[in-house]
Amino acid sequence: MPQRDRIAEPWGVRTPYEPGDAWPVRVDSYLREGLSAGDVDRWVPAASLLHSNGDAMDIAVKDGAMVGVRGRAHDRVNRGRLDPKDLFGWQANASTDRLTRPLVREGDELVETDWDTAMSRIVARTRALLDEQGPSAIGFYTSGQLFLEESYTVAVIAHGGIGTNHVDGNTRLCTATAAEALKESFACDGQPGSYEDVDHADVIALFGHNMAETQPVLWSRVLDRLAGSRPPAIICVDPRPTPVARAADVHLAPLPGTNVALMNGLLHEIIAHGWIDRDYLDAHVVGFDELEQRVKKYPPERVAEICRVPAEQIRRAAEILGRAERLLSTVLQGFYQSHQATAAAVQVNNLHLIRGMLGRPGCGVLQMNGQPTAENTRECGADGDLPGFRNWSNDAHVADLAKVWNLEPEQIPHYAPPTHLMQMMRYAEEGSIRMLWVMGTNPAVSLPELHRIRSILSQERLFLVVQDLFLTETARFADVVLPAATWGEKTGTQTNADRTVHLSEKAVEPPGEARSDLDIFLDFAARLDLRDKDGGPLVTWKDPESAFEAWKECSRGRPCDYSAMTYGKLRERGGIQWPCDAEHPDGTERLYAGGRFYSDPDYCETYGRDLVTGAPVEPTEYRAMNPGGRAVIKAAEHLPPHELPSEEHPLVLITGRTLYHFHTRTKTARAPQLQQAAPDVWAELSEPDARLAGVTEGDLLEIATPRGTVQAAARITGIREGVVFLPFHYGYWDTDSRSNDRAGNELTITDWDPASKQPINKTAAARVRLLERRDAPAPAPTTTASAPRTASIPPTAGAPGATADEDLAGAM
Amino acid sequence: MRDLHGRENDLAHHLLLVSERHKADHEVYHLARDLAVWSQRHVRALAEAAPSYGIDLSAEPEGKATLAERLRERGSELLGLRSDAGLLMLRDLRTVYTEAAGISLDWEMVGQAAKAAQDDQLLQLVQQCHPDTLRQMRWANAKLKESSPQVLVG
Repeated sequence: MPQRDRIAEPWGVRTPYEPGDAWPVRVDSYLREGLSAGDVDRWVPAASLLHSNGDAMDIAVKDGAMVGVRGRAHDRVNRGRLDPKDLFGWQANASTDRLTRPLVREGDELVETDWDTAMSRIVARTRALLDEQGPSAIGFYTSGQLFLEESYTVAVIAHGGIGTNHVDGNTRLCTATAAEALKESFACDGQPGSYEDVDHADVIALFGHNMAETQPVLWSRVLDRLAGSRPPAIICVDPRPTPVARAADVHLAPLPGTNVALMNGLLHEIIAHGWIDRDYLDAHVVGFDELEQRVKKYPPERVAEICRVPAEQIRRAAEILGRAERLLSTVLQGFYQSHQATAAAVQVNNLHLIRGMLGRPGCGVLQMNGQPTAENTRECGADGDLPGFRNWSNDAHVADLAKVWNLEPEQIPHYAPPTHLMQMMRYAEEGSIRMLWVMGTNPAVSLPELHRIRSILSQERLFLVVQDLFLTETARFADVVLPAATWGEKTGTQTNADRTVHLSEKAVEPPGEARSDLDIFLDFAARLDLRDKDGGPLVTWKDPESAFEAWKECSRGRPCDYSAMTYGKLRERGGIQWPCDAEHPDGTERLYAGGRFYSDPDYCETYGRDLVTGAPVEPTEYRAMNPGGRAVIKAAEHLPPHELPSEEHPLVLITGRTLYHFHTRTKTARAPQLQQAAPDVWAELSEPDARLAGVTEGDLLEIATPRGTVQAAARITGIREGVVFLPFHYGYWDTDSRSNDRAGNELTITDWDPASKQPINKTAAARVRLLERRDAPAPAPTTTASAPRTASIPPTAGAPGATADEDLAGAM
Repeated sequence: MRDLHGRENDLAHHLLLVSERHKADHEVYHLARDLAVWSQRHVRALAEAAPSYGIDLSAEPEGKATLAERLRERGSELLGLRSDAGLLMLRDLRTVYTEAAGISLDWEMVGQAAKAAQDDQLLQLVQQCHPDTLRQMRWANAKLKESSPQVLVG
């Protein structure tokens, strides 16, 4: 069987195919050294938990331990392929530093204890706070790593049981803008497109989406189209020379913070040339006139000046987009974590609405997710929204949810929008949130302006509960630490970025006394004795499958309808896309076919927000604007970012990710192949900026913003001039340094998009300074967007243990 | 128009003060600043239109932050750790709302007068500015709605 170093070649071998054909099968697998498939006792189905693509795989188990993974050949998402994080990340489960017993704070120390003691402390504090202040004292910070069943259970406990409005997920950092952009354009969350649109598209446009690194298997699908004889044209918007940019027909590298101007420029050209679908607009859309007026002020020359991109490139890109017959657009952090996030992402939806390109093969929008189960936090309400895409400002929806939960509507907080994460941190800072329960995420590294976050988390008056696999930077501040089981050690469903639901099953026992997140929540609910309005238990389920059955009822009749799915069906069929109901028992490939939307005022999830002020649109206003339930075009003007480069801070800092790591590296740094590929932090600079600073490859830099400084080795790349890039993954748990000078978020600004409330990690003013000459190259991968300009740097390659199998035998 | 010019100036100034006072409440800090720019824009637009009506209005918006206000900004960061900052914020947002509501009525009256006088130029000015005022009001209202439960009950 062909073997390949998948650290050196993250996307594996090409299997070219033609438009409309099925993507060929290629089964990737990796087993612990010395083992072959014949040695494996059993294979247990699961899906990726280190990105949002939802690659389906089987976990290999031998003697009760995980020993490898293999892609599932016939799954719709990956057709057998796995990316480097899928292939190697599982090894982190067996790390010797897993948490195996609960910890509680005794003075300055966290000491081991039993579950009863740890849970009793949490319950006692919860009760005391409820008596003293009420539900507003308690906040839940959930994670796009929880399974659906866990997200739903925590949503029921928080919204229905405790009655707090303070629930959000770490998805606020990755996909809040995806959700909000969809809500603004379609009045409801829900991914319009499907990965299969890659098979049909003649133009694929990636807006701030480095797909090659964030969803490598989906990028392999694009590469396989590009290797065919009728490849799609690629448009890339990104300030970095990403693998996507290198494959693009047009690469636009705007100055960070100018995405709305760029989008308006593209829309201007498309409308001016009449590349629009009038019939579609007339029949299915409101708001086009305002857009037409607005973009008149954005001719290519003006946009070129704002974005510092050649006008000719804008024209070329617009022509390709405007003449596309089957256009697929994808959007991610380059838009979501930048200035005017929602407004920019909405313009991508507008592009598809004016071109009438939705709900048909090859015609789709993928507002992508970052976290693996971001979709579940959104649909189940673990991001603060009401479960099932119910509308908090529609009393009938609240009443309906109350019926599902057998509560009075008044018991479910809906007097204002749910409190988003950054506001929760603010309430904790001023002392009105006094208990924060953080599950499976690491705000002490992932949130902006870390010195502020540390000062909030370390307050004595804040009771901090952290539920995780490891003693993370955040867990060190905790009052109670709960050891959690993870992927492969528990059962549940995961929904990916194109609405595909997979069942991920328990393969091995969790270490020590670690428990599944679901079991922890069920125990909490039981100890608090949460009741419905008739005195029965509020949480009526006791295991993953019964939780899934409860969720199915909650989702019934809503856009994210799971009612015709079962664990059995998921086992038998592999991934299924929602909505999956009696009418669509096999699931639904694309939303919004035929211009039918979920935006009817009585049915929609939201009435939208003002894109600049974030103020929610009043129900009456929405009814007047969109009585017929059409798609909504929202125009936006370009506004300058809040922090502009200055004499003192002449560069723009953007933070981001690399292919080999996920989030704050709690798992990926514990997988040796991934860790070796990107072992430490670096900073990317353009050649002209490096020359100005007197810096060459590998030199130690100080990167400073008004909030702090970070030290990192310089990598000179083809990044656009005026921009410095830092990966945000690197925190402090695996360094000896106590000086807090490694995490990218030491430097980021506390500011967020007013509509999506997503923090802005990609627009800050910065300066760089040479600290120390060094001879060795920066510890950055050469295979990715951080590819060096300097020749003679040894290419990133895996040690012998990074070789995986690629089986093309099943290829068609 | 003179009254309107004065009130827009006051609102811009007040929004900047609110921004500085609530530096620890980052959304209020940033947005109050952004929305002050709208009122400053209105001040300029009114000053440009004024000569046609025989009025002389200054185009230079007031409300640049003084040293004392910068000190207040620093103070607000410290105050931000205390919960009564919330009450102060509610009071400030309430004032933004009522000031903007007054301005909205002023625009309404100017707009009606422009219609009656068939003054297209003035009507255009109203149509350009009045929606901003309504958005300023909605923002203050939404922020009040969102913050009141935590401040008053929490």
